[in-house]
Amino acid sequence: MAKEKKTVRRINAGYYFSEGFHNVFSHGLMSFAAVCMIVACLLIMGMFSLVAINMENLLGELERENEFIAYIDETYTREQAQAMKSQLTAIENVADVTFVTKEEARENYLQGREEVELLQELPATVFRDRYRIHVSDLERISGTVDSVKRVTGVAKVTVALEIAQGFVLARNIAAGVAMVLIAMLMIISLFIIANTIKLATFYRREEIAIMKMCGATNGFIRWPFVYEGMLLGLTGAVIAFFMQWGVYQLVCSMIPDSGMGVFNIIPYTDMALHIFCIFLLSGFVIGVGGSMVAIRKFLQV
Amino acid sequence: MVRLIDIYKEYDNGTEALRGVNLRIDDGEFVFLVGPSGSGKSTIIKLITSEVYPTSGTMMVNGFRPDNMRESQIPLMRRTLGVIFQDFRLIEKKTVWENLSFVMRAVGVSGREVRRRIPYILKLVGLEGKEDHFPDELSGGEQQRVAIARALVNNPRMIIADEPTGNLDPQRSREIMDLLNRINELGTTVLVVTHERDLVDRFGKRVVAIEDGKIISDETGGYYNG
Repeated sequence: MAKEKKTVRRINAGYYFSEGFHNVFSHGLMSFAAVCMIVACLLIMGMFSLVAINMENLLGELERENEFIAYIDETYTREQAQAMKSQLTAIENVADVTFVTKEEARENYLQGREEVELLQELPATVFRDRYRIHVSDLERISGTVDSVKRVTGVAKVTVALEIAQGFVLARNIAAGVAMVLIAMLMIISLFIIANTIKLATFYRREEIAIMKMCGATNGFIRWPFVYEGMLLGLTGAVIAFFMQWGVYQLVCSMIPDSGMGVFNIIPYTDMALHIFCIFLLSGFVIGVGGSMVAIRKFLQV
Repeated sequence: MVRLIDIYKEYDNGTEALRGVNLRIDDGEFVFLVGPSGSGKSTIIKLITSEVYPTSGTMMVNGFRPDNMRESQIPLMRRTLGVIFQDFRLIEKKTVWENLSFVMRAVGVSGREVRRRIPYILKLVGLEGKEDHFPDELSGGEQQRVAIARALVNNPRMIIADEPTGNLDPQRSREIMDLLNRINELGTTVLVVTHERDLVDRFGKRVVAIEDGKIISDETGGYYNG
């Protein structure tokens, strides 16, 4: 008996793989149905994820536009004011700082105002030298503002905290909604795919019963199914990847503002490697997991 | 060798299929198991192949104890048996060669041994040249020969044939029974479940008759009077 067990273990993966590969074609219709389901589910989930990623990117960009102003003490000379840049840059969460002279500030103030002629006499000394400060993480802007206020030479800080908090809230809500919807889609997809594979396996229950009656072990029956599921999953993933690419490009071309910088859509090629890896992993898990779950009940013969 | 000692079998729905069956089939025997529908014949086959388990009693099949063995031993026990069904139960999507080779691969036989053994078995059952055919390209008699070849291919100690001629005409039925007889003469134990009185009478082998879950006669060389 022990010898017989050893001989079973000797069956190599090559046989299982060739059986699995052969089964994909000999049960072509079911294979086609399973691949279609995997493609459809990955496409839906992928499309939604890409929308979520682009929304996140857009909000991130808008966040980066958000800045606050640190006004420099009037008693400071231009050189003293400019020397503060290194101190401000060193503060945690400060992404970049831009020095604005009082003359530049005046110019900026006059730009776009209708009563320019009246204001022409306005001297630059009315304005202060200042720094425009961008932060890395908008959520921590309050702490950064406090740190900037403590820097010697900073006379005053103006910040639109409500707007910053609004961005943070909008981003958190968008991320939360996206996660919930993606999770729901994933569960629905898994349910549909598991049922498709179960249907395909049910169609072959007689075949499994015959194998069992001939003395095949559960492993001997299961492994070709697992390889078959893996092949179907990976095939679905590769097809979904390229279809996703096509659909994404199509949608991008239909957004008129995409070239004007208002909606800065991330190019597919920038995410292609990540998407490909995620799709392959998903296809693998769906195919192998689905096969193993589906075949389990039919092995009890 | 098969040994059933005081076997009772009651299904979950309350049907009492076997009521105290005692049966011994020695190595090399040819036995007919006969009886009307619902008498318990199929249950005996299912017990021997471990598709079902006895409610009580002790049994032994080729050195295994189906009433008391681990699940992992079931495939090993089934490899000592070759089972032939009335409806052939061939895998439709596989060719004759593949229907035989997967059974050999299931027990760990090498590809070289598969290529050596299958032509010999196909010749034994009279199916030379049919290896690339699919089951639906063969006649009923030929399909049953493939099923017999599949049962034989791993050189089992016992062949169990459940109504092997039920779907065949009289001429093909005789050919199949002759083939089983020849296999028995080569040393393999054969248990045939059948309704066909002519076939049983013609061979003059041991006949075990069962009715209402009990063995009512067991006569070597006897005739079927059910």
